[in-house]
Amino acid sequence: MENRDQLFQYCLRLGDSSLVIGHRLSEWCGHGPILEEDIAMTNISLDLIGQARIMLTYAGQVEGKNRSEDDLAYLRDSMDFRNLMITEQPNGDFGKTMMRQFFFSTYCYFLYQQLTKSKDATIAAFAEKSLKEVTYHVRHTSEWIIRLGDGTEESHERVQEAADELWMYTGEMFTADEVDELMLKSGIGADLDKVKQEWANLVNDIFKKATLKVPSGSYMITGSKKGKHTEHLGFLLAEMQFLPRAYPGASW
Amino acid sequence: MTGTLTREEVYRHLYEVFDPEVPVLSIVDLGIVRDVAVSDQMVEVFITPTYTGCPATKVIEDDITSKLKSEGITELKITTVLSPAWTTDWLTEEGRTRLREFGIAPPEGMADKNVLFGEPKKVHCPHCGSLNTLMKSQFGSTACKALYFCNDCVEPFDYFKCI
Repeated sequence: MENRDQLFQYCLRLGDSSLVIGHRLSEWCGHGPILEEDIAMTNISLDLIGQARIMLTYAGQVEGKNRSEDDLAYLRDSMDFRNLMITEQPNGDFGKTMMRQFFFSTYCYFLYQQLTKSKDATIAAFAEKSLKEVTYHVRHTSEWIIRLGDGTEESHERVQEAADELWMYTGEMFTADEVDELMLKSGIGADLDKVKQEWANLVNDIFKKATLKVPSGSYMITGSKKGKHTEHLGFLLAEMQFLPRAYPGASW
Repeated sequence: MTGTLTREEVYRHLYEVFDPEVPVLSIVDLGIVRDVAVSDQMVEVFITPTYTGCPATKVIEDDITSKLKSEGITELKITTVLSPAWTTDWLTEEGRTRLREFGIAPPEGMADKNVLFGEPKKVHCPHCGSLNTLMKSQFGSTACKALYFCNDCVEPFDYFKCI
């Protein structure tokens, strides 16, 4: 297979981001502010973990070393994970979780639109399927951003703070490295400049409706595409990977 | 060996496999059986998940296997296909009727093509038929359903959402 290593990396990025943010959302299970939101967040989490399963299974096939989706999810350490740093950030309050999800789902929405035309049949099918689910995620989180931003003084302040805190993690979504460039050139990957433009338009539009200020900070932290992460990922993995590491081969 | 088995017979057997979460709805009416291939050596069933994370998918695979085994089909392969992605447009009329009888409002109209925002759909209450209903949450008891409320008969109900 041509460019096997790069395609493997590309699949890991897609799969790991969905897996990690899906796990983060699952932490809300039983803790949602109201029953409907508890159900909504776990539903979204389930979608994301389902998407991760497809992509990690495929990554294992591309790599050709007989690693299953479970091997990749449970038996790698943080430096081998390729999820975007925004996906591993702690939940904070409900407003911060919605903001993180809004930033990420909006990115996926425009990314997957392009990937439905990927020359890689599995990535195209993954994108076509996932896009239907992600559309619901964008709609749901946008409505919350508007409601919280244009809500009470307290909710406005907290959701603005969440946007400010998370802003520096949004840059790497659109920072193309040599893997992204090669995948774009070979018709497999997406044009991240275009995703950035579309993402910024929707974020501006929703923030305006929410009476929120789009953060102006220009410092963006990057590195997850090469395995650099914030300290939070290790703790997340410790919980997520505990069982299969303590009881190898466990099944039910 | 599959002997003289035909594709139609396999479909007939599959018609008797039900969605574990909506046990009145056949997986054929639900539209997740995409194709069946019968050769001298084996039967291959092509299925597609409703949602990527749907936990019922594994149960459905197991149910297909045990149903077809009980019909004497020993050489069986189940293949998952992702494209074209499942849509509620594939729900049959029979399936829609069954859903309504079960108390779940069937999808209204055709699937929206990537419409991001807009008014929530007007949905008929499966209990009293009223259109005076309100969406409470886009996410319901399972991934495929939204939560609605009927202002006339004052009952909550699930809506099988259009995707």
